[in-house]
Amino acid sequence: MSKYYATIGLEMHCEGSETNSKVFSPAKNEYSDIPNENVVAIDMGFPGILPVVNKEAVRMSIMMASVLHARIPEYMYFERKNYYYPDLPKGYQITQNPPEECVGNGGYIDIERDDESTFRVEIDNLHLEEDAARSTHLYDTTMINYNRAGAPLFELVTKPCIHSADDAVSFLEYIRTIYQYCGISEADAKKGQIRCDVNVSISEDENSLGTKVEMKNVNSFAAVRDAINYEIQRQSDLKDAGRYDEVVQETRRWDEESGTTITMRSKEDALDYKYFVDPNIPKYKIEPEWVKEIQSSIPELPSERKEKYINKLGLTPFETKKLIRDKSLSDYFEECLQLGINPKEASNWISENIVAYMNKNELEISDIYLNPKMLKFILDKLSEGTISSKQAKEVLVKVLDEKKEPSNFINKENAQISDPDELGKIIDEIISSNPAQVEQYRSGKDRIFDFFVGQVMKNTRGKANPITTKELLKEKLK
Amino acid sequence: MKYMNKSIEELHESLKKGEVTSKELIDESLELSHEVQEKYNAFVTILDNAKETEITDNLLSGIPFGVKDNYSTKGVLSTGSSNTLKNYVPFFDATAYENLKNAGAIMVNKTVMDELGMGGTGTTGHTGVVRNPWDKTRMCAGSSSGSACAVAAGVYPYATGSDTGDSIRKPAAYCGIVGYKPTYGMISRYGLFAFASSLDHLGVLTRNVKDAAIVVDNMKGIDKRDMTSWDSSDINLTKSLTGNIKGKKLCYIKEICDINNYKNPSDELKKQLKNFMDKIELIRNNGIQVDEVSIDQTLLNAIASTYVIISCAEATSNMSNLTGLAFGPRGEGDNYIDAIKDHRTKGFSPLIKRRFVIGSYVLQKENQERYFKNAQRVRRLLVDEWKKLYKDYDAVILPVGTGPAKKLEGSSLDSLTEGTEALEEHLQVGNFGGFPSITIPDGFIDGLPVALNITGNCKDDENILNIAYGIESLMDYKNQIAKEEE
Repeated sequence: MSKYYATIGLEMHCEGSETNSKVFSPAKNEYSDIPNENVVAIDMGFPGILPVVNKEAVRMSIMMASVLHARIPEYMYFERKNYYYPDLPKGYQITQNPPEECVGNGGYIDIERDDESTFRVEIDNLHLEEDAARSTHLYDTTMINYNRAGAPLFELVTKPCIHSADDAVSFLEYIRTIYQYCGISEADAKKGQIRCDVNVSISEDENSLGTKVEMKNVNSFAAVRDAINYEIQRQSDLKDAGRYDEVVQETRRWDEESGTTITMRSKEDALDYKYFVDPNIPKYKIEPEWVKEIQSSIPELPSERKEKYINKLGLTPFETKKLIRDKSLSDYFEECLQLGINPKEASNWISENIVAYMNKNELEISDIYLNPKMLKFILDKLSEGTISSKQAKEVLVKVLDEKKEPSNFINKENAQISDPDELGKIIDEIISSNPAQVEQYRSGKDRIFDFFVGQVMKNTRGKANPITTKELLKEKLK
Repeated sequence: MKYMNKSIEELHESLKKGEVTSKELIDESLELSHEVQEKYNAFVTILDNAKETEITDNLLSGIPFGVKDNYSTKGVLSTGSSNTLKNYVPFFDATAYENLKNAGAIMVNKTVMDELGMGGTGTTGHTGVVRNPWDKTRMCAGSSSGSACAVAAGVYPYATGSDTGDSIRKPAAYCGIVGYKPTYGMISRYGLFAFASSLDHLGVLTRNVKDAAIVVDNMKGIDKRDMTSWDSSDINLTKSLTGNIKGKKLCYIKEICDINNYKNPSDELKKQLKNFMDKIELIRNNGIQVDEVSIDQTLLNAIASTYVIISCAEATSNMSNLTGLAFGPRGEGDNYIDAIKDHRTKGFSPLIKRRFVIGSYVLQKENQERYFKNAQRVRRLLVDEWKKLYKDYDAVILPVGTGPAKKLEGSSLDSLTEGTEALEEHLQVGNFGGFPSITIPDGFIDGLPVALNITGNCKDDENILNIAYGIESLMDYKNQIAKEEE
């Protein structure tokens, strides 16, 4: 740990995956494996094209700004950020930029740490902009895929008010769930939907600010943590060595492979983006009624679900945290509740079995075959005593593995034997063929009881209902 | 056979009556296109395979016309007269062109312009200089040079244009025809190669006011692809032409029109202003009130620099898409930066590069407040000044330029260097405010046509066009075809 006081600011880009079309063009906004499939002339900057603002994307940005307690401006307009890059076909990005008004100005959000203490993150702004195309650099060629060009991008900029890598990650994780809960984005880092820029500086104490270093394109939360910690260490080492003047205001690139940051450009080389208001998009009034309508349609947020799970459903904070971290997981849980599964039981099965399976196979909840109805079916069979708890777990894995209805794995052959008559006959046979052991048990050697349970299980290939078996054995061995 | 010198209504009647077919009109227009191309170099592309259309009740059906080369035309080379787009064949139509096509109008050529609309001389297009059909040694002005030349030479009754500073109205004046740009947003800009988006207008060049009304009625309309377009379905320009303009109130600006305001005026300037004042007299004698008003000379002198700053700033951003990567000839280089540099270095004429430098400079962080933001403030002041006039007057009437078409030899290639006389640059206020503005011929100086301009308030196009229609009928310069003095 560094002995210095670290100050961190974040820029979090989240691609809005849930609009039908792109933010300024009617092309489909959809992730596709086929390059250049969702592209119209506008996305490639052909001569004569004009942007048209996607109202749905504006609606989402107003919703997000509201969640962040940001001030929503009276008028909405966009600016051009001008620079040349092959993945920026128009030669400018349509965006918003302070000091001009953005869709969200100022604001804050309270974040809970793992230890349940909270901290507040001040928001500088939230703005709506368009994404660039994706370029892939090969040995002597660059390939450009315009599917992503023009996709809505929400950029959230915090004030430099975070003081540890862990807090930064807690903040990012929470914001990510909000994007999911609000139906704005899948917020899937693997699809490149979340990208972060990180500012780090160190100082002697909280009353002073050091030299700010920016790190670009840190594309996973784990990388954010590593990059911040690396940068704090790097700056601290230089300061300790009396070489703090070597920490300069610059932009560095986080290099995942080496786990280090590398200079990209200094402040002197910083690009002048020559921002100006895009004349193609007339500044238009955001009707207060519309804002109210949007605000009243904000779905249940993770903090609200958390409150409900703990106080109404009686889950522990630990269980709750696991469930709400991922909106689709929480939705899965809610669906289970609606089907009448006991909350505690649902939570246990999801956290212990389903999530374990997902983690092992690197799957998302949306990828798995087992739906809440199937889970309910399995749990019903368990409570009816048709299957054992062990069998229930096996059936669950089979359903997940083989992608077949659970009824396929619960049949007469493997059904649990709970019938006392049937079990009684088997037990009688075992008692009569093991007189020595019976004698031992009756003479007080209790430990040999497990031998009989084992024999019953062996005999029934594990299908005997263990509770009924034990009850019957105790009865008959008296 | 000689039809292409006629008005749209006359042609429509002949087509309806069966006196002539659409095919015959196309053939005549194509033949004339080749002649005009030979003499004046007005076209980038001549569409020899243009197909006739069915004659409907639409006045434009079956009639040939020309399209400025910065209109995106599907399947037809659209270069914007720039080497950066010399091989560019778009896969979509500009909305305005699409509207004309749907009306049954037939594009027979694409006209030369100043490169990408920048320039006012008709000399910077990648296919060479466009010459004035009244006098080959003179320019057409620009940037809608080829369109003005072709309409004046009688290739067809109309050609489309675009106007960012005066690009329709100045060449119309130099070629003795009518040039009209309606209120900003009345015609969709979708598919027009952007020059300066806040100033860019589409419009038309014709030989009479009524034809301009007919064509713009067919070009206009709200377009969901252009957020700055608006619904003008309650505006019918053609029907609004009653010719009754008695009781209308016009004004001209003393600082621009008074010869005493100029030091050592040339003979040409004297003739120009005298001709204008004679026409004002004529108009007054026909029951129209024309007042002299005064506007702060300092503000008027700022018109040109305001225009340069705003238009260059927007242009440098708008034309950043011309990299030669996705379209246009690919530049050479080991990496994308070198390839883009090579494409742009080879592709643009020096004039454009100069304007890009100006545009970049005024947008730079440290300069933006002083230049770009101030230019926007002056723009607002000028527009407010004109709007004030519109409280009392239907329109502002002014002469176009300091005289007739300038000589090609000995003139500067960039009109921006020609001084800042408000007389030369006042048409740009029409772009600042998005005002409807129309130029009509109002006489001759030394055998060359000159013109006056009428500019009114936003969305008052019906009134402005009717005033122009009325004034046109007081004079003798309607439907003129250019003829060179042998």
